[in-house]
Amino acid sequence: MNTLEIRNLNKNFGALAVSRDISLSIGAGQCHALIGPNGAGKTTLIHQISGVLNADSGEIMLEGQDISHLSVSQRVQSGLGRTFQITSVLPSFSALENTAIAAQAKAGSSMRFFGDAASETALNALASETLHRVGLADRMDIPVADLSHGELRLLELAIALAARPKFLLLDEPMAGLGRTEGAALVQLLSELRGTLPMLLVEHDMDAIFQLADTVSVLVDGSIIAQGSPDEVRANAAARAAYLGEGAA
Amino acid sequence: MSMTLFLILCLNGLQYGMLLFLIAAGLTLVFGVMGFINLAHGVQYMVGAYMVYAYVALTDSFVLAVVLSLGTALLFGLLLEYLVFRHLYTRSHLDQVLATFGIIIFLNELAKVVFGPATLSIAPPEFLSGSIQLTETLRYPVYRFVTIVAGLAVALGLYFIVSYTRIGMLIRAGATTPDMVSALGVNIQRLFMIVFGVGAMLAGFAGVIAAPIFAIEPGMGDNILIVAFVVIIIGGIGSIGGAFVAALLVGLIDTLGRSVATMALSVVFDASFANQIGPALASMLIYILMAGILIVKPKGLLPAKGVA
Amino acid sequence: MDRSLVVAAFIFALLLASPFLLPLIGEGYLLGLIIKAMLLAIAAISLDLLIGHGGMVSLGHAGFVGVGAYSAAIGLESGIENILVLLLITLAVTGLVALVTGVLALRTSGVYFLMITLAFGQMIYFTLTSLAAYGGDDGLTLWSLATLFGSDVVQSGSGLYFVVLGTLFATWWGVYRITRSRFGRVLRAARDNPERAEVMGFSVTRYRLIAYLIAAMIAGVSGLLLVQHAEFVSPALAAWQRSGDLIVVVVLGGLASRNGAILGAFFIVIVEEVLGSILHEWRLIYGPLLVLMVLFAKGGISDLLAAKTPRGQTS
Repeated sequence: MNTLEIRNLNKNFGALAVSRDISLSIGAGQCHALIGPNGAGKTTLIHQISGVLNADSGEIMLEGQDISHLSVSQRVQSGLGRTFQITSVLPSFSALENTAIAAQAKAGSSMRFFGDAASETALNALASETLHRVGLADRMDIPVADLSHGELRLLELAIALAARPKFLLLDEPMAGLGRTEGAALVQLLSELRGTLPMLLVEHDMDAIFQLADTVSVLVDGSIIAQGSPDEVRANAAARAAYLGEGAA
Repeated sequence: MSMTLFLILCLNGLQYGMLLFLIAAGLTLVFGVMGFINLAHGVQYMVGAYMVYAYVALTDSFVLAVVLSLGTALLFGLLLEYLVFRHLYTRSHLDQVLATFGIIIFLNELAKVVFGPATLSIAPPEFLSGSIQLTETLRYPVYRFVTIVAGLAVALGLYFIVSYTRIGMLIRAGATTPDMVSALGVNIQRLFMIVFGVGAMLAGFAGVIAAPIFAIEPGMGDNILIVAFVVIIIGGIGSIGGAFVAALLVGLIDTLGRSVATMALSVVFDASFANQIGPALASMLIYILMAGILIVKPKGLLPAKGVA
Repeated sequence: MDRSLVVAAFIFALLLASPFLLPLIGEGYLLGLIIKAMLLAIAAISLDLLIGHGGMVSLGHAGFVGVGAYSAAIGLESGIENILVLLLITLAVTGLVALVTGVLALRTSGVYFLMITLAFGQMIYFTLTSLAAYGGDDGLTLWSLATLFGSDVVQSGSGLYFVVLGTLFATWWGVYRITRSRFGRVLRAARDNPERAEVMGFSVTRYRLIAYLIAAMIAGVSGLLLVQHAEFVSPALAAWQRSGDLIVVVVLGGLASRNGAILGAFFIVIVEEVLGSILHEWRLIYGPLLVLMVLFAKGGISDLLAAKTPRGQTS
């Protein structure tokens, strides 16, 4: 059974078809990259998988369970993790607290009106461990406002990981990262890949070639090419789509 | 209920609706374009009413008073914008609420000090007094009829300006993507000022034409302001067309409802119960309508395009 | 140690001592003023839970004070004397109204939420004015007040004072615990970034609704006690101007600050009394003061008092 399976997803905004009959499946230990020119519908697809948008038709299965009719928070509770293209964290908390709150969501009920959440050792330990994993160990207690852009991208990842997801959606994690930071993130993701299947939307071709097992090329809402990175690189239709847009 | 009574109620409802539209239009424009929540908008309405009272007393000419009042309302609105509001556009809604709340408190008190706390009234002008025969059995006050026509004229005028002129286009653009408009080099400050001034004048005009019909008193703007809020929630924030439809709807339902509620209830329930619950239900009707719309269409009936 | 606890201890010690100190100065009426301020503070703390911690700016909170007051008044007029029973009634009625209005209002956020809560507050106000049997517009004087198992100790004087003080303390403590809890943290997360909170796995609306219910019920209780104190009830309690006053108190005291809400309440009551006795038209000064405060002094009293606490800490 594949961890994430998308069958015949369709989405229209009025007369504009943004997702046409999209099907994907990603199994354990796999990293599936989604590339395509701007406006192809990549982020819309991510929104549909994570529940921000509802598809018009089609199914989304997470470990065999149909999550297409669940709300955003319900999908996360079912094991879906996601990072945002534009960093979206909680500004009045520190990095540690951001991560701990994410962990809190999956650690029993949050309908508790007593006790001191900020000092819950289990949550803080999990958060700390996750931040260590992504390389933010020495920036844990810093308020989010003081973190650099690169650190914030790592925090995005930590927040998603703290919920122990079964599947990870990554929307342009490399966005705005410098060379060293980018390389570090790619290293991190390749370490994660073994235990956490992921769908990666990216423009950074180097990262994709290092990480992806399979690549899908999305153009105008349809997948026009799908295969290993080398296969896709050699694919004429894919090249046309990209050379035509001047990307990569 | 006789047909005549029903028609009169409908006309009254339309008239109230027009009044609401004039107030709501300015409110929704200012919110749509500037993202500014103006609780003090009701004060503009009050200013219009008091000004026409004062100018009629001064000049004895209703027409002149109307013109002067509109001018005063415009100046007053621009003054408020310059002194206070323009510093609030980038602030949180909470700050805007507080500041405009302070303005309401101040101006209501000022009205009380200058004009006294008692309710004032003026009569409709001579040339608009009396009634006209609309149908065989239906006579309706000329003045009220004229206010309906005036409201319609303004609505059409607004529609024309917003849809067909350059400034209207800027307003529509500003309502959906203010940053873009600014980036295109348009003097956003001036655009805001114009929008605000127009809104203030509309509300002032509403106050002017309402003065001979309703009571003139301090705080008169507050309650109708809230109804205006209900109107723009129902119509969709930022949408003038929505405000028009919603205003008429609210005006009709409220006016008809007040008369009909008790009557309708006494058909089903006994008279004393109906008399108790009737008025309560009537005053709640428009809020029930608002709640109903919210359930079915949370963005309003005709939301402005692009409003997130 | 949490600085806010120190400040709070000081405040409550002062309030505890007042009934014994003030009669010495011969100012009995001051006690009534303090009660008024404490009742305002209770409602303000509950609103601060919504605004400061939840980011939900409600312009209709006074509506719940009104609902609470009228629940108590109607109960008293119907012959229910026991204050504990009245308390239950108040909580139940306020909770129900909050549930219905909350479910609808929380379908929106931001400025829509502001307007809808304003509209619901008005709706409550008009419903109260139409209660002809209970005075309608003019309000109702209550000839019999609540008793505590037959004793009139909670009807006036120091008995009532300590009940109100006790309620203020309970409110302070309850909201303190709530904000530090898991629930409070989720509420603040949703305040910061509701989408992020959803993507973390929290159903934001559910948490907000519960906060709304809690805040409403606390406000309702302040209404009940107000009836005991004023021996009078009127729809004006639910007027939107009162909702605005509550927001002023909350902002004046600094958002997400219980001590600030208390101090803000006292400040407002004192200003009203002092200004009001000097100048009948004191609102001419109060209005512009508010505007100036917004334009220039962000953060309120609490900011002036507290040293810069680490971000995220609430006081």
